[in-house]
Amino acid sequence: MTQTLPNLLNDYLPLGIFIAVSGVIGLALLIAPFAVAFKSPDPEKLSAYECGFNAFDDARMKFDVRFYLVAILFIIFDLEVAFLFPWAVAYGDLGWAGFWSMMVFLGVLTIGFVYEWKKGALEWD
Amino acid sequence: MSAVAAFFYLFSAVAVASAFMVVVSRNPVYSVLFLILAFVNAAGLFLLMGAEFLAMILVVVYVGAVAVLFLFVVMMLDVDFSELRQGFINYLPVGAMVGIALLVEIVLVVGTWTISPDLIRAPAPGAATAAAISNTEAIGQVLYTRYIYFFQAAGLILLVAMIGAIVLTLRERPGVKRQDIGAQVARTKATAMEVRKVASGAGLEG
Repeated sequence: MTQTLPNLLNDYLPLGIFIAVSGVIGLALLIAPFAVAFKSPDPEKLSAYECGFNAFDDARMKFDVRFYLVAILFIIFDLEVAFLFPWAVAYGDLGWAGFWSMMVFLGVLTIGFVYEWKKGALEWD
Repeated sequence: MSAVAAFFYLFSAVAVASAFMVVVSRNPVYSVLFLILAFVNAAGLFLLMGAEFLAMILVVVYVGAVAVLFLFVVMMLDVDFSELRQGFINYLPVGAMVGIALLVEIVLVVGTWTISPDLIRAPAPGAATAAAISNTEAIGQVLYTRYIYFFQAAGLILLVAMIGAIVLTLRERPGVKRQDIGAQVARTKATAMEVRKVASGAGLEG
């Protein structure tokens, strides 16, 4: 334990306020329509559309695997950036070894980036 | 310190409860949402230990990215629940055996695990011992020099993941017309237009 809790609570007070405010706004938007919105229920609103689609259906539909590819490439570069933060914070103490260590890391990932660009994985069509 | 204990019990209780719900909930999408709750509470536990960088990275990477991937997988699997339940009895013996083996291993590991007395006396090199140095800085001071091999291995693993994802999922789509802006802009009057004399009463060839 490096910090006592009152310290920690003070540091994270803005975060707590943020979470509370976002919760209040979300709940308000969720509950307000029940009180305010105009309602006229009708069984016809639940029946199938004229074009043949059901009004309510399973949300699970198969979608293109390309979305998955985009997400996984995002995660990889997300992690790369995550490694940069401690490096930047401790940069003054690291010296040349730390600098080149990060450069090799970035170089390895740049190889992957070039591969992905040349393969056309960043193109949508 | 009782407030710390209260927060610890709050975070860990919610984490354990949501981990339980991940396993028992029938809808895999709910399972993923409970998994996100477990991640957030684990981040809270990290925060209580003073590992602020890890807590934030846990939120950014696991909640922001990995959970989205899990949701994708759950959506893509197109799980048929009735079919899933059919095989339950068949797989029960094998599943139970695997579970029991894992439990025995965990009990053996935890039962024989002791903290080395050297470690208690001298804190780990990365541990933020002084209050002056932040957790992020403490990680940065050892990760890139002392643990350079692990760091480079992480880079290589990311490279393998990137190439593997592309090899597995990227399909060449033949016959797709792409917009080539350079070629579009470089068009001149000579390449874009053709003026022909058409004889009266006769069309163009074709």
